[in-house]
Amino acid sequence: MNGRKSFKDDEFSFDMNTMTGISSAWSETKIKERVLTQFNQTRARRNIINATAVYGLSFCAILVLFCLFNIIFHLLVQGFSSLNRDFFLQLPKPVGEPGGGTANAIVGTLILLIVAVLVGVPIGLGAGIYLSEYAHQRFAQAVRFTTDVMNGIPSIVFGIFAWTILVVPFKSFSALSGGIALGIMMIPMITRTTEGFVRMVPVPLREAGLAIGTPKWRVIKDIVVPSSLGGIVTGIMVSLARVAGETAPLLFTAFGNHFWHSSLLAPIAALPLQIFSYAISPFEDWHRQAWAGALVLILIVFVINLCSSYFVGRQRRMFSSHK
Amino acid sequence: MNLNDQTIGNDILPGDIRPHINTELQNGKPLFVSHRKPLEESLENPIPQIMVKELNFYYGRQKALSKVSLGIPAKKATALIGPSGCGKSTLLRTFSRMNDLIANARIEGTVTIDGRNIYDRDTDVVELRRRVGMVFQKSTPFPKSIYDNVAYGLRIVGIRDKKTLDQIVEKSLRQAVLWEEVKDNLGKSALALSGGQQQRLCIARALAVGPEILLMDEPCSALDPNATARIEELIFELKDDYTVVIVTHNMQQAVRVSDFTAFLYLGELIEFGSTQKIFTVPKDRRTEAYLTGKFG
Ligand SMILES: Nc1ncnc2c1ncn2[C@@H]1O[C@H](COP(=O)(O)OP(=O)(O)OP(=O)(O)O)[C@@H](O)[C@H]1O
Ligand SMILES: [Mg+2]
Repeated sequence: MNGRKSFKDDEFSFDMNTMTGISSAWSETKIKERVLTQFNQTRARRNIINATAVYGLSFCAILVLFCLFNIIFHLLVQGFSSLNRDFFLQLPKPVGEPGGGTANAIVGTLILLIVAVLVGVPIGLGAGIYLSEYAHQRFAQAVRFTTDVMNGIPSIVFGIFAWTILVVPFKSFSALSGGIALGIMMIPMITRTTEGFVRMVPVPLREAGLAIGTPKWRVIKDIVVPSSLGGIVTGIMVSLARVAGETAPLLFTAFGNHFWHSSLLAPIAALPLQIFSYAISPFEDWHRQAWAGALVLILIVFVINLCSSYFVGRQRRMFSSHK
Repeated sequence: MNLNDQTIGNDILPGDIRPHINTELQNGKPLFVSHRKPLEESLENPIPQIMVKELNFYYGRQKALSKVSLGIPAKKATALIGPSGCGKSTLLRTFSRMNDLIANARIEGTVTIDGRNIYDRDTDVVELRRRVGMVFQKSTPFPKSIYDNVAYGLRIVGIRDKKTLDQIVEKSLRQAVLWEEVKDNLGKSALALSGGQQQRLCIARALAVGPEILLMDEPCSALDPNATARIEELIFELKDDYTVVIVTHNMQQAVRVSDFTAFLYLGELIEFGSTQKIFTVPKDRRTEAYLTGKFG
């Protein structure tokens, strides 16, 4: 017993010796010196890298602003003069006649967006909440993968899809098919953002809800979703802004219309379509109207973005500890 | 090591009064071995409300609780103590089946509350959780007003009458010693309260739905000494009407608020008995080592 103990002590002191051996080779002053020399040697290089990073990155940021302002400036110069009362209130004039407006296209775009929201939001929201709250890991993974693939599908494919299932059987282009095509495009985006934001709600908050005897669905409805509402709404707004300017999926669904649409099952005008057909026309006046249409479209997107940042702000206020 | 055989024999029930002395045999030994039966003490000691029997708990492969058996008496405060990671929270959460939410978690054994095994298939978990309230380490106010936080559980139950709601909200907030501070600002967001106020709000919220048992997982660990003192006073008063089970790392707190103490170590119940006994004459050397700060 005694012998074993002293053996252990030996082992211990041996270890200590090795350790002191190391620390004498690298005394504190020596380490400091070494680090300082290295630090001074690399100073110039570090400064250059730092400067490159700062200027390079800010250049990129400026480029972004430049692009945006350039586009808006162009649109204003070219299209602002056509933005008059007639543009918002009148139907397009027949070819050759000057004046007229795109009232039908503005209304058409709004109708298409409403249909898209009615289709995309409930499904995307439901799927997102389901994925975050109920789905088994495997299934959620599969759905997530599917939504990612869907996000990457060219938008015209959604148009073709809507055309096959809604235009061909009904033998007519329609507002409904166009809105549904846009709505389907919104689904994967909304699903992903909703899932992400709902998942971010802290587990203890859910547990607190359940702990006072709340059924799970009510915890989701009353606590989880309201807690992440800002993020969810932002996701919806962003996806809405994205599909608002889509042209391709509307080409053979909504089709476009020079007059007021007669019903949801008839062809309907839409700003992107109008812009497209005016832009490729040979008439100066229509070119100007195309610019004005683009301006209005950007304005719509801008308003949608404003709304979304309002909701983000509201969310932040709700979660900040100060009123 | 055959630790279980030793520990099972310890005070499964404090004071040894049991409505049903268990005569089941476990490995040839009676499950509950009576060490002593001082009559005057047993008369003071109440009937256990929560009976835990041979509880094993697994997170996937990892065993978090091992053969835990104890009886938590009604209308008393029971403290769960032990080093970090020993399974205090896990044990506490089994009492209201909060572990149901954790994927891969598995439980063996029984937890009986008022004579019913809560892990029976036909248990209504929502109903169970209404009867067994829980307050968490980090305060978890809902993103709603102060009033709505407390009224939420009542509305879930289906109480719509404004007057009833008002009265219960006020009573609960008074019970949680928060009423005076918030009575003029009931519509204010609960998230604007201080940490200590939020914690008391969570207690009020738990009390509002009329639970019989209140579980608290380190309710004071994020609070300053002042707020801690207030919550301790509160717990002290609550135990007249509620069965309180509190997890704490603060030994003084355990002494101050609890009547009984359970010491857990590495997922096992090492010792269970009256707080006074555990802290003055611990039977197990590990309890003693923990209480004197040798580990944990
Ligand atoms: N959700 C979980 N998934 C997997 N393992 C877990 C989980 N929760 C706890 N554990 C493990 O179970 C064991 C017991 O954890 P528990 O939280 O019950 O300890 P505790 O006594 O409450 O500790 P503390 O004092 O630090 O809160 C730990 O080893 C921990 O790592
Ligand atoms: Mg814990």
